[in-house]
Amino acid sequence: MPVAPGNPHGNPEAAQRQGALPSTPLRREVTLAPAGFPRGDTRHFRPAVGASDVAGPVHSAMMSSQVVVNQGYNSQLPGSYPPLTPAKTLNPGSGHYYSGGSQGPGQTLHRPPVAANPAVPSLHSGPVPRMPAPASQSPAATPRPSGGFLPGASPLPPVTWQHSYPSMGSQVNHYPPAPSQPPVPGSTNLSTNHQYVSSGDPLLQNSYGKSGITSNTNSGSLMAHSNYDEIEGGGFLATPQLATKNPQISRSVGYTYPSLPPGYQNVPPPSSATGMPPSSLNYPSGPQAFPQAPLGANHLTASMGGLSLHPEGLRVVNLLQERKMLPSTPLQPPVPNLHEDIQKLNCNPELFRCTLTSIPQTQALLNKAKLPLGLLLHPFKDLVQLPVVTSSTIVRCRSCRTYINPFVSFLDQRRWKCNLCYRVNDVPEEFMYNPLTRVYGEPHRRPEVQNATIEFMAPSEYMLRPPQPPVYLFVFDVSHNAVETGYLNSVCQSLLDNLDLLPGNTRTKIGFVTFDSTIHFYSLQEGLSQPQMLVISDIDDVFIPMPENLLVNLNESKELVQGLLKTLPQMFTKSLETQSALGPALQAAFKLMAPTGGRISVFQTQLPTLGVGALKPREEPNQRSSAKEIHLTPSTDFYKKLALDCSGQQVAVDLFLLSGQYSDLASLGCISRYSAGSVYYYPSYHHQQNPVQVQKLQKELQRYLTRKIGFEAVMRIRCTKGLSIHTFHGNFFVRSTDLLSLPNVNPDAGYAVQMSVEESLTDTQLVSFQSALLYTSSKGERRIRVHTLCLPVVSTLNEVFLGADVQAISGLLANMAVDRSVTASLSDARDALVNAVIDSLSAYRSSVLSNQQPGLMVPFSLRLFPLFVLALLKQKSFQTGTNARLDERIFAMCQVKNQPLVYLMLTTHPSLYRVDNLSDEGALSISDRTVPQPPILQLSVENLSRDGAFLMDAGSILMLWVGKNCAQNFLSQVLGVQNYASIPPIMTDLPELDTPESARTLAFISWLREQRPFFPVLYILRDESPMKANFLQHMVEDRTESALSYYEFLLHIQQQVNK
Amino acid sequence: MQALLLTAALIFFAIWHILAFDELKTDYKNPIDQCNTLNPLVLSEYLIHAFFCTMFLYAAKWLTLGLNMSLLAYHIWRYISRPVMSGPGLYDPTTIMNADILAYCQKEGWCKLAFYLLALFLTTYMA
Repeated sequence: MPVAPGNPHGNPEAAQRQGALPSTPLRREVTLAPAGFPRGDTRHFRPAVGASDVAGPVHSAMMSSQVVVNQGYNSQLPGSYPPLTPAKTLNPGSGHYYSGGSQGPGQTLHRPPVAANPAVPSLHSGPVPRMPAPASQSPAATPRPSGGFLPGASPLPPVTWQHSYPSMGSQVNHYPPAPSQPPVPGSTNLSTNHQYVSSGDPLLQNSYGKSGITSNTNSGSLMAHSNYDEIEGGGFLATPQLATKNPQISRSVGYTYPSLPPGYQNVPPPSSATGMPPSSLNYPSGPQAFPQAPLGANHLTASMGGLSLHPEGLRVVNLLQERKMLPSTPLQPPVPNLHEDIQKLNCNPELFRCTLTSIPQTQALLNKAKLPLGLLLHPFKDLVQLPVVTSSTIVRCRSCRTYINPFVSFLDQRRWKCNLCYRVNDVPEEFMYNPLTRVYGEPHRRPEVQNATIEFMAPSEYMLRPPQPPVYLFVFDVSHNAVETGYLNSVCQSLLDNLDLLPGNTRTKIGFVTFDSTIHFYSLQEGLSQPQMLVISDIDDVFIPMPENLLVNLNESKELVQGLLKTLPQMFTKSLETQSALGPALQAAFKLMAPTGGRISVFQTQLPTLGVGALKPREEPNQRSSAKEIHLTPSTDFYKKLALDCSGQQVAVDLFLLSGQYSDLASLGCISRYSAGSVYYYPSYHHQQNPVQVQKLQKELQRYLTRKIGFEAVMRIRCTKGLSIHTFHGNFFVRSTDLLSLPNVNPDAGYAVQMSVEESLTDTQLVSFQSALLYTSSKGERRIRVHTLCLPVVSTLNEVFLGADVQAISGLLANMAVDRSVTASLSDARDALVNAVIDSLSAYRSSVLSNQQPGLMVPFSLRLFPLFVLALLKQKSFQTGTNARLDERIFAMCQVKNQPLVYLMLTTHPSLYRVDNLSDEGALSISDRTVPQPPILQLSVENLSRDGAFLMDAGSILMLWVGKNCAQNFLSQVLGVQNYASIPPIMTDLPELDTPESARTLAFISWLREQRPFFPVLYILRDESPMKANFLQHMVEDRTESALSYYEFLLHIQQQVNK
Repeated sequence: MQALLLTAALIFFAIWHILAFDELKTDYKNPIDQCNTLNPLVLSEYLIHAFFCTMFLYAAKWLTLGLNMSLLAYHIWRYISRPVMSGPGLYDPTTIMNADILAYCQKEGWCKLAFYLLALFLTTYMA
């Protein structure tokens, strides 16, 4: 390994500084680095180095002074600063070149230091089998002390390193005079690397960065090595002697060799004998000491300098010329430019994602980029794999209460440094034992430090009261209007079907309330032969009759509950009551639930007209088209206040609105929004006239009833000092600057957070964000789910742009635009969206692009930004035109706020596939199925053709549009119909036919469905279907009566940008 | 004399606001409670200030009145554009934790404090 040479020098110091955990995978980084660096360059550098001309002099001077103190060796090696750790670290990057035969000598030279350092071996734990003894390696090195200089001197990088050092505030000085200096738990090297990255040609940056990384890792591993080896007693390197000597050796690197124990010096390394490249030598040494501890490594993080960008990512795109920017496979989130070891541990972007994967150093830089900084979270997502930790103490930072996570640094075995507030904490005794490996003394390998997403079983200090039982209350509208829609049948049937699947345990409680102009309670007391209905007609002063029997244990009263559900749909069929007293019913429900907390599911079919919370119709159909003067704000604060009361009592309200007429969702929605519930909307629900909605309700109810649920939850989001939370988006109540109160949390809820940079982040290379969700599971356990995301800090605008995550940005902008439409107006929000594109692209043009080319130049990372914003402008929430009903628009806005990013992006910019010619080419095979992977098409009518069939995946619905001249084959083999005319007008299922075409199509559709927790209904559309308008509405690249086409939009932006 | 007392009361309100928002920011108080305590104060502060203005009007202190009218206008504007709420007051616990709004409220508190202090001096020396 090229890396190896560098290590020796660097290691001891680094080790001291960092007390880092071992980091394994040096290898890869190294290899990466070379890519950027042409060979020619290296050569070029070398001579310079040797001459010590360019960088050399400076360094040497500095070095020498310090070095002298140590050993006096320097004088001989002016150009080489062997002692400097940095130089060596750099080498690894250059190591590539070394691999060539000519450079071999250089490597060998390096080794000696390695040998000297016992620790070195640990670094290369990876692939190489253990070498017999460390000593053997060292000898090879020893012979060529002089050679060592060259490598050390080698590339320019050293220079940079030195410069950077001063910047490292808290860190230990690299060339401390005293060899004897005890290992200082310094801070990580982050800052140093950082500088490299920021300056200069990207390629160079890459390589440097990598090298830096490797060095760090090495150092980290070394440290760990010395410490842990002893503890473990396993490492061959770990002999006490070596450990003690390390400091000295490292310092003196250039000349010290002689001082090394004879054994080391003389023994030829076996590997060398075989003629293996020097790098290989290192591996052996690296053995197992810390193979797993990839991270221990926070240090690694420090080193993150290397840009991991794919060359493609550096490209500047002229959107006016390159029109096919949409990738044919689902867009992947960008990978933060972190050291691989860290990235590997980083939080899954589906759970936790940042709009800028490179965090700008200062608010000024952020303002300059004109991109929003924020997080998008999906904290309670259903996970296939989730490590759960049960331990009596949960290790957290003592000052900021951050949970220990993979990105903290272990200064030594007993102390760790918080990555959010930088406080040094003690490692508690229990934490020293790793239950997974059953080894003592490996705090860095505990699951808490190996997983960015983890769940803790919380001990009793995390409870304010005993965990509540799962309590579900269903509130049904049974007015005449509700009975007309016939929803009670479906809902009661779904409930009956899923009664046993409701998340819960033996303590589960359930209750029912119905209302029209009065409120009806149902006593389900055990022993009753049938449910007893109690009617409260005094809706001005609601009280609860016999509170003890209204919420009953589901297990004990299951038969009564089932009986009630069976009879409920028929009970009100004769009802002529048209009034709806939703407000009082909600108050009653709240009173019923307040002692325990839980979930209220409200089914409402019309505008509430009686009692408190009565609303008046506000929608004026004629004014739908104007973007002004529409009622997006609630007309009363009754629902909001009630929601806050609910929130205080750990009650969440989920609203199912099944209404044909305007129901003022803007006001009603508050009940769910502030109590952390969810809103479901089924416009024009009718059991006979609208079977599609019926199916949708059934599917969604099934998911709703059976999905996981967390009760009495709070979520706190912490971030590295210097960043602060600006605004939260989602359904919850913000209880303090970083704390969300979530009476219920469900796995389908997403959250967004806007951040700002309050203090400059120049002292740090990495920032971390941690969300901790404390909840009570349906089994009555108190649990904490922690996600930690780690991102690099950058100092130049270009890097900020390179790291932009266009989906996250669009998602956050959508959230911000919803707020803006409510506080200002819809047209304001639309302008703000367009301006967001214009501002950021002009910032890019003026600050990053050096030559002003014509056209619309955008960074590759933002190539889809205009498209997504255009899609947002055409989304139901923000569109203009007459076809959006107010409630639908508001529902779309609720969805923007409450949906996880993936689904938000799908609803905004659906994926379009051509499915009449599916083939197995490029198909995925999952278990025993093959799933065809048709390319994603651009959303433009020009991609449609009458002789094809196209599937549009809009998240919660799938639409299959069948062209008029669609191949007969598809009609008969997939749809199972004779001809086009015989496709039924409403068709929501594909028949399972025994043909390969049918199998492929079904496999593809079910694969799409499996990717999301809910069940998207499939609509099969003919050319004349009424839903075709809906389908075409999603063709965001096309022009509509009220909106620009994509190309026009680009031209508009270009005009503004180039102004 | 009475005017002095009243100005003192206004200053007290301003300080109270500043403290309250600071408490919110530093996470000492629940926003619901805090808004419940602050909201009744808002209207009383505005009424006292309006009372002042009428007093100045009767006393024909045109300069002072002019100064105070601007604040009065601001108060009226502020109250008209308050969020939808049934009770009196300005502050909505669901939006108050937004960083912008919180910062705005704090700034408003400081500005008012300065204004009232100025008014205090003016009334003492000019009266």
